[in-house]
Amino acid sequence: MENIIIIGSGPAGTAAALYAARAGLKPLLLSQGMGALEKAERIENFYGIQPMSGAELHAQGEAQAKALGARIVRTQVLGVSGFDTYTVTTTDGAYEAIAVILATGVKRAAPPIAGLRELDGRGVSYCAVCDAFFYRGKRVAVLGSGDYALSEAEELGMAGSITILTGGAPQTFSKPCPYPLDTRPIEAIVGEEQVEGVRFADGETLPLDGVFIALGTAGGSEMARRIGAALDEKGNVQVDREMQTALPGLFAAGDCTGGLLQVAKAVHDGTVAGLSAIQYVRTYRKNHPEL
Amino acid sequence: MAKQITKQNFEQEVVNAGSPILLDFWATWCGPCQRQGPIIDQMAADGLNVGKINVDEQPELAQHFRVMSIPTLVVVKNGKEVQRAVGLHAREQLEEMLRNA
Repeated sequence: MENIIIIGSGPAGTAAALYAARAGLKPLLLSQGMGALEKAERIENFYGIQPMSGAELHAQGEAQAKALGARIVRTQVLGVSGFDTYTVTTTDGAYEAIAVILATGVKRAAPPIAGLRELDGRGVSYCAVCDAFFYRGKRVAVLGSGDYALSEAEELGMAGSITILTGGAPQTFSKPCPYPLDTRPIEAIVGEEQVEGVRFADGETLPLDGVFIALGTAGGSEMARRIGAALDEKGNVQVDREMQTALPGLFAAGDCTGGLLQVAKAVHDGTVAGLSAIQYVRTYRKNHPEL
Repeated sequence: MAKQITKQNFEQEVVNAGSPILLDFWATWCGPCQRQGPIIDQMAADGLNVGKINVDEQPELAQHFRVMSIPTLVVVKNGKEVQRAVGLHAREQLEEMLRNA
């Protein structure tokens, strides 16, 4: 059982890790790499540092956290589940933790697909675990092009047919995709009362009963939504002043909580989330001496 | 605890309810539903007209309302659906749905 798992090693996740490591809690950072900092060519507005690139800042942050005792594992997180303690599923296996901090950053907005919003809950779903039940024997598709899409497809075993639709995005599967794959760009999800199919840019329509959305990698909002933590009206993870979500022990920090997309704000969030998680873990351990 | 709506009591509790009723379609395996449930129970305890439908035990009702995603929250008035929301919702939002019905 880990004390604290932090998902993402950007400034928010790493700041949280610094505090948790200094508190002796040996946090585990699960990270795919640097995220939004990669695109920052030159950062010159952060307190006390000489101008440097986002990549340099990220490398220094990770090195600093490691030196203090944080462990960093390069992997892709697929989801978080659990009620009391948490299970974090990755492409390389699962981890258990008392507290989890979502510091995933935000994805670039996907191009809007017509029908996505209108048919939400009427054949469009964001949670295979929740909704697979309604598609027994039916035709479903998962919209996505990476391991996140495959893990959602695996939850849909009882469906009659499963197709993966990449919508024209480059494939990033780490293993061969065992499902029929259609890579054509998508123009719209069509249907009157409920989903009837997907229309591709070439005009052809694939008849479907359900479309599960799993674009890119699982972001903080997707993870939070699927476990039952609330999102705000903009789709960001909703947190309180302690950076805790609606679920005790599940925290969020940085860009995935909305607000200023700045390193300073992310570091602040991560600091608060880290300190809150430390407090949470200490109390939890006191109440569960068997751990 | 909110009342459990079944095929058997649907007519009496929902269709002939007299006032609008908020229905929460849920299942045990759905994380967001586990968060929605206590909110619905609290609303019931406070005297609001709400009911829960377990889609696993009442597939006919889920089908009747064309529920394809859970949690789904539906307000029924005089036997007809008048409001619908999909996904976890706060109590204030649900109360507003009932008020607007």
